Formats: sequence, structure tokens, C-alpha cells
Amino acid sequence: MSVAEQPSGNVGKVMRRKEDPPLITGKGRYVDDITLPGMLWASFVRSPEAHATITSIDTSAAAAREGITAVFTGADMTDVPAPLPMAWAPPGVQVNNPEHWALAKDAVKHVGDPVAVVIGEDRYAVQDAVEDVFVDYEPLPVVVDPEQAIAGEPFVHDSLGTNRVHEWSLAGGDVEAGFAEADVVVERRVVNHRIAGAPIECRGVIAEYRPGQLTLYSATQVPHFVRLFMALLLGIGEDRVRVIAPDVGGGFGQKLQVYGEELVACWASRRLGVPVKWTETRSENMSVAHQGRDQISRVRMGAKRDGTITAFHVKILADFGAYNMILTPLIPSLGAFVMGGCYKIPNVQTDIVGVFTNKCPTDAIRGAGRPEATQMIEVTLDQVAHELDMDPVEIRRRNFIPAEDFPAATATGVVYDSGNYDGTLDKLLEHVDVPAFRAEQEKLRSEGVYRGLGFCTWTEICGLAPSRVTGPAGVGVQAGLWESAMIRVHNTGAVTVYTGTSPHGQGLDTAFAQIVADKLGVDPAVVEVVHGDTAIGPEGRNTYGSRSLATGGEAVCKATDKVVEKVKQIVAAELEAAPEDIEVAGGKFSVKGSPDKGMALADVAGVAYIGAVPEGMEPGLEETNFYDPENFVFPFGAHACIVDVDAETGKVKVLRYVAVDDCGNPVNPLLIDGQIHGGVVHGIGQALYERVHYDADGQLVTGTFVDYALATAAELPNFETDRTITPSPVNSMGVKGVGEAGTIAASAAVTNAVIDALRPLGVDYINMPLTPMRVWEAINEGSAAS
Amino acid sequence: MIPAEFHYTAPESLEDAIQALVDGGEDAKLLAGGHSLIPLMKLRLAAPSLLVDLRKVPGLHGIERQDGAFRVGALTPHRKLEFSPELGIVAKVAAVIADPQVRHRGTIGGSLAHGDSASDLPAAMLITEAEVTLQGPDGQRSVTAADLFLDYMTTAVGEQEVLTEIRLPALDGWGSSYHKFNRRSEDWAMVAACAVVKANGSTCEDVRIGLTNMAAVPLRATAAEDALRGQELSPENIAKAAELAAEGTDPPSDLNASTEYKKHLARVMARRAIADSLAA
Repeated sequence: MSVAEQPSGNVGKVMRRKEDPPLITGKGRYVDDITLPGMLWASFVRSPEAHATITSIDTSAAAAREGITAVFTGADMTDVPAPLPMAWAPPGVQVNNPEHWALAKDAVKHVGDPVAVVIGEDRYAVQDAVEDVFVDYEPLPVVVDPEQAIAGEPFVHDSLGTNRVHEWSLAGGDVEAGFAEADVVVERRVVNHRIAGAPIECRGVIAEYRPGQLTLYSATQVPHFVRLFMALLLGIGEDRVRVIAPDVGGGFGQKLQVYGEELVACWASRRLGVPVKWTETRSENMSVAHQGRDQISRVRMGAKRDGTITAFHVKILADFGAYNMILTPLIPSLGAFVMGGCYKIPNVQTDIVGVFTNKCPTDAIRGAGRPEATQMIEVTLDQVAHELDMDPVEIRRRNFIPAEDFPAATATGVVYDSGNYDGTLDKLLEHVDVPAFRAEQEKLRSEGVYRGLGFCTWTEICGLAPSRVTGPAGVGVQAGLWESAMIRVHNTGAVTVYTGTSPHGQGLDTAFAQIVADKLGVDPAVVEVVHGDTAIGPEGRNTYGSRSLATGGEAVCKATDKVVEKVKQIVAAELEAAPEDIEVAGGKFSVKGSPDKGMALADVAGVAYIGAVPEGMEPGLEETNFYDPENFVFPFGAHACIVDVDAETGKVKVLRYVAVDDCGNPVNPLLIDGQIHGGVVHGIGQALYERVHYDADGQLVTGTFVDYALATAAELPNFETDRTITPSPVNSMGVKGVGEAGTIAASAAVTNAVIDALRPLGVDYINMPLTPMRVWEAINEGSAAS
Repeated sequence: MIPAEFHYTAPESLEDAIQALVDGGEDAKLLAGGHSLIPLMKLRLAAPSLLVDLRKVPGLHGIERQDGAFRVGALTPHRKLEFSPELGIVAKVAAVIADPQVRHRGTIGGSLAHGDSASDLPAAMLITEAEVTLQGPDGQRSVTAADLFLDYMTTAVGEQEVLTEIRLPALDGWGSSYHKFNRRSEDWAMVAACAVVKANGSTCEDVRIGLTNMAAVPLRATAAEDALRGQELSPENIAKAAELAAEGTDPPSDLNASTEYKKHLARVMARRAIADSLAA
């Protein structure tokens, strides 16, 4: 990291994660670590068929087994008034939304669809009993390929008479006019294949219903959303439902969901009067926890001879699997909002068609729509450059939205908050000597070594909020997406921060403590951050879409500012000064210019709680803020990847990965680097290794970590990270999100690097995943063609 | 792990272990390092009624040289093989089995008795012309590596037999190399080739080439061996011989590799393995 000066306060400083010691010493408390008195276990009977009518379910043998309390099917859950939720209703758009029940009622639509639940005394007993539930299936025709599904029968949901979910477009300018101006038009069929979230902790729940009170422990990113829907689906007052997300071992979007298993556990606990626990197996997680991407796109980009892009038109066919989950059909639209990337493109259009197939549903997985958009933009742009005989760096510079244009409205009307795209690219080129690389590349080629350099310059839309845009009257999410925080200064001067976000590995306990500590003049060690419990702290909107700092952190700031205002009034009264003359410095609130006569926060809290506050002021020291920003935030960056391709076998090795990112003002550079590292692994993983694959019968082929190949440290280089700082004008801290950045950038950088390596062999495009066989085949085809 | 119910015993002698297998019937299974059996039990693809754990049985560990060969105890972990360079090709093969955790727990005997065609050690047993010792209720017998692997995950080890020892001829003066092709370092071989070469000056006095995952059992690339034996070890001759490495094979296609691609890989890996054997 070369961002030099260390700040005077805690914000901006490298600080190790205060939440880590218990997590890395086996002392965390995950759902599976929790045992409640009298608790029973649940295990699900799941469909082995991709599409079938259920003709009978015989639960008698399972129910008769020792240690089994009950076996329930969909027919038992008649008191649940509505199917599982889908929360996107865009104005003026018809979204086909078939009923999706927590336990299948008459038919199963994908492998793993749950048809019954066995409840019993221990985990082994219920797993054994699952094998004694006999379900007769009448197989129905299966459709796996989205292009086949959109063409007609067989239908996943016969009642709809189509596999089409919806159509949605976002356009700015006139793409046909733009193509008419173009000297070169590149067309691509870009496949962005299906991937898994694969968190280290699978899902898990414990539901404890007592008359008038439901408590649900769930490994979730969204306890507040889960609470709302459990209340609605079970007919319990939302105030009587408490959802707790204890330590959560990663989510990557997979745990941004309201799952049927959560509902079944709550319902069964109410029915049986005892707590019910379910811990997901890895096999279940791979086959039924929602997956991501799975888009096939027809992409056209037009440019003038000088490299100026005149039009970009993308037609996305998005495979949603068997059902709409909570935000399924919205996901590709998130890409549409940034389909012009970091380029000034006057004519941009995205047309989305959603389609059902007999596969696990898709929904948000890290990046959610933006990695797909970035891949389409960046690989197509490289081909435009190639056809114009331009350098990939040069064509990017030619088209960047200039720094002086910000805030910058794109063709589609989305306003980017801030950016300096030349700045990140300049910094990237300090790390990557392109002329030296090209000379080396040329020399190596003569020795039969195929080395490639790929770039990705990108921006994205995150900090999900603001309600006016995301909400019912805007994009159509049936919720406001603001965020909340409550700050409580205790008698002793210790501070508790209650956030409505629900971190599950991001490091927000540390980041939020740094923010609050500076404002209140205390050590971050005495600032406790509490999250993931709907009974404690204000209503919240949880963690996803790289929103927790830009929305949740800003709410923390604003709530803390309210505390500071009150503190200043108290201190001013105590020191007989004016509140506007009070400042915080050296751990004390004091009159400007007289730092010796100050009051530490603990002294102020003492006054506040004893009640010796100025006349008219309420006692206590506790404030809440609900923050709804004016706009999204738009982080950006420039990444480069260098690979070697074994032209004989097709195997790709990543030699270097350099990431220069700009997420506004850094709160903790260590956390930023951590997020970039993880995100880049995810993106490299998709580009080279990871793929969820179903065979033609709808059977999942990649159900274990043997076949679903996550990248490991052995395959990856040491990442080189750096950053520029372009503050966001949207929030007072000038921050942007960074949780998805690496993932959004990396797959395109890797793909471009592989293509760059192989151009002499006649290869000008390969779809991900760039597996050895696929690369080898592309080399064979390229060599045959040239 | 939530396996089906099973019984467990850890006998303290070989005789007791064999007796436990006899008493346990056809659903009794031996447990060595557990790195093949336990994952299958976890997925409930295997549901043995009885696990006979060999961990307390004495005399099944260690490597010692005797009469021109190494006697390797069946419970010797891959990690021990990896750091026994005197084993030549076997040490090199063991070094790239899965990851360090697996190498610390997984054993040579367990791997050979399991007989997975994608596992690394079987082909190396073929080209070292190893023999295994099997002890059963009716006594002891020896089986050559060529006769050990019968079909996919099927070996000559009887249901009531314990593979106790591997006899590896010491290939003094032979060069060796292993080229394993996989997507990630911890993965099973998509295809792999191991080679041992005995050079006399620049002439190939003898060569043996083993192939992994090209069939339901490990294979010798005999056509390639024959083409190179007696020839000068020039890059051209090696390449010509390696072109024959996939002759007669018809590996099944899978998620990561078609039949044609596997055959191509076999030729490339064989060439690289032979060439690198000369340097080592």
C-alpha cells in the first residue's frame, strides 16, 4: 500500500479486526454452536427428481422409527397463508411468479426441492429416518438450458404456459443510431455461467416458539427481513418475533434470503411446542441454497475508428432456476444500471428476459448483476480495440468519463457520484510496466510460452439505498433501503453501537468502532458494536450490496454526531463556555485553546446519567439515526492480470494480479485489502475454476467441493493492491462500498489476459470458465481457423 | 459428518483384525487413514456395518530396505513417502497427493486397497513392479501390482484380507518423474503419467511409463515403452514414443475432460515425464 500519510485519528488507520480473536480460536458462536433445552432436530426429504408430480408420500415408516417425533409434508402446513416471498414488483412490469411453498405441495421443480421434514431427537436419527420416507414421483419433462426453455415447452410451471418470467429494459440514447455511426461493431455471445455462494458456514436455524413469542436463530445476512416474513407467514405480530443472526460464517449473497427451511423450523416449533434445529449439510447447501449469475447475453458494441464507443446493446437471457426467490428477477437489472461501465457511451440499452428452468433458483451472489455487466463491457471493449488495432489501455482512456464531469449522468440517467478513472489507471500502470511486458511477451512467444496481460477498468453501483430509487415507486423493491444506528454511551463512558446492518465477516465491528471512537474521543477498544438481533437496537435493513459502510456507517456517524452535540452542551455548561467552542482532542472534550480543562466522555456520561444536565435537556446519553442517502455510491478501479497459458494443455496459471481500487475515503485500509483479496479470489475462481453444472436430466453434477472447484491459495499469486482516494459526495465520510469490488473486476481481467496470451494462436474469445479443456479446444479451433 | 449407523472396533493384533472382518461379514470395512472411506460414508455412498480400525495393529508402519527392495508398511502415510527420496518415483508421486492434511492421514495401503483409478499411487506401483502382501484367515499371499487392480475401485484384496505391506523394488540408477495434470493442486488427476528411465549413456536401456485415470485401472503405456527402449534418448525419439502413450486407451469423458482431451493429455504428460526423468 502506498497511500502514505497515517491519519491522526482512528479513521483511515490500519487496525486489526477486533472481532477476530474469538473467531480464529474456535470461540465464535455460530447457530450450530447453540443448543436449547428440549430441542429437536429437523432433516429434510428432498426430491431426487428435477421435475415430477408427487403422486404419494408415505411417512409411516419414518414416523414409526425410534426417536422420531413427527414427519410433516406440505399438506400439513395449511395454516401458512402465503407462499415464500418475492419482493420485487417493478411498476408497469409483469413478473410471472408461481407459488413457491416451503414444502412442495404437488410437484417438485428442481433436484433438492423439499417435500417433507422429519423431526426427532437427534441429528442422526432424523437423517436416518429421511431415508424411510417413501415418495412416489411421476417424472415430467425437464428443461435445463435457458435458451431451450425460452423457446417453449416443456414448462417448469405448466399453469403459466411459458417459461418466461419477465421482460425489463433500460435504455438511454438511441443504440441503432449509435451503431449507424460506428466504424466497427463487435458482437459476442457472452455466457456468464452459474456459480455457488459457498460460504464456509452452511445455513442453519433454531426456532423456539413459546406462546406469544417466536425466537429464530438463523445464519442469515438479513435478520430484519426474515423477521418480517416469519411474522407475515405465521400470522404472528412482528413485534413478537425475534430473529438473531449470531456469528455468521460468510454469506456472499446466499444468505440474503428468506428460506423455506427457516419457515418450516418456526412452524414446526409452534406445532410441537419445542425448539427445532436444522443444520444444513454441505451437500444441501450446494444443491438448494440459491446460486448466482447464469446469464447468456447477446452483446453488441460499436465504435468509431478513433476508438470512441458509439453504442452498447446487451440482450440478457437470465436463468432464474425453478422459482423466484426474494429478489431473483431484480438481479440482472443491477447490472443494467452500470451497463456503460466507466465509459462515456451516449447510447446504451439493456434488455432482460428472465426464464425458469428445472434448476436451483438464482438470486444475489457477490456482485449480483455487476460482474456480469463488467464482463460484457470489458471483454467486448478489448475486441473492439483489437479490431481497431488500438492498445487496450488507450481505448479505455479514450472513453473514460472525465474526472471533471462528476457527478456524471450516464445515458440511462443514472448519476455516478464521483470518479477519477484515469487516476486509478495511472496508478495501475505504475505497478505494471506495459512496454516492458510487451517486449517480454514477444520474446516468450518465440520460446513457445504464451503470456498474456488483461485489464479491467470498472465501476459499479452499490451502497444499496436510497429508498426513493430502490423502493416501490422506483425500481420496485417492496421495502425502503435506508439504514439505522443507535449509540448508547454508558455510565462508565463505554460505548455501544447498535447497527441495523448485519455483518457476517466484513469487519464492521472494527470499522464502526473506529468511526465512533474518533468522534467521542475514546479508544476503539471500548466501543462495542452490536448487530444481528432484531430485539436489540433499532429496525434495520441488514447487509448486502456493499451497503454497510456507506449507509450503515453513515447512520452510525449521524447518530454519533447527535451524541456529540449533546456532549458539547453538557461540557459547555460544566466549563461555562459556549457549545460551539467545545472540541474533542486528546481523549477529552474541552474549550478550544484550553485542552487542559477538558472532560472525558466518562465524565460527561456521569453528568448525563446523574441528571445534572442543563435545564430543559433530557438526561441520558443515547441517540438514534435513520439514514436514507440521496444516491448510491459508485466505487471504481483498474485491475490487471498476467497469466501464462500452457498452449499444449490449455491450463492457465495466474502469475500476477494487481488491483488499484478507489472506494472513497478509507476507514481501515486493512479491511479494504481483505475485501479486495476475497473478492478477487471469487472473480478468479469464476473465471478459471468454479462452475455449477447440471446434466441434461437436471441432475447436479457439481454437488461437492471435489467437483465444484473453489480456488485455493495454491493456485493464486500474492495479490498486489493499491488505491486512490476520490471521496464520495453522497455521505459525510466520503466513503463507498468495497465488498463486491474485487469480484466485479476480476473475471474480466483474467479473461482478457487469457485472450491476450492466445491471440497469436487465433483465439479471440473464450467463455468462462476458462478450464483447461475449454482453452485447449479454443486453441485448436483458433489454429484451425488461422 | 452424519453417516449411517455403524459399529467400530480397533483390534490390537493383525489376527484380531482379520477375525473381526470374518465376524463382521460382507459389510465390514477396514479403516486406515480414512481419507477415501470417510468421505464416502459422509455422503452415505458407503454404509459399512462395522469399521475395523487398523490404528492399534503393530508392525504396519515404516520403510526399510531389504534385499534390493523397500518394504513399506501399509499404514505408512503419504507424508512419510513424500520425505523418503530413496523411494524415487513413489516419493515424487506421494508429494502431490491432494494436500498436506490428506498426506498426513492417508496411507499407501489404504489408497492401493481402495483402487481409485484417479489416485496417484497405483500407476507408480505398476512401473516399479511392486508387490503387495495380503494376510487373510487362510494365510498370506503376494500379489503383483499388475494383478492387484481389477476394475474401478475393485482390487484383488479379499473381503477378509488385510493389505499389510508393499514391496517396492529399488530402482537404483533409474531416473524418474511424475507429471500430474489437474485443475487445482489438491484435485485428483485428470490424467497423470509417471515414468522411470534407465539410461545407458544416451541410450534408453529400459523405460516404464504408467498412466493414471486413463481407464478403470492404472495402465502401462507399453507401446510407448517399446518404442523408446533401446533408442537414443533424444527429444525427437521421446516425443515419437510419447505419441503412442494413449494407444489402446479409451478413457471415459467426464465433466472436465473428454476422451479425446484425456488421450491428448496422456501423450503430453508422458513426454514430459520421460524427458524429466533424464534430469532426475
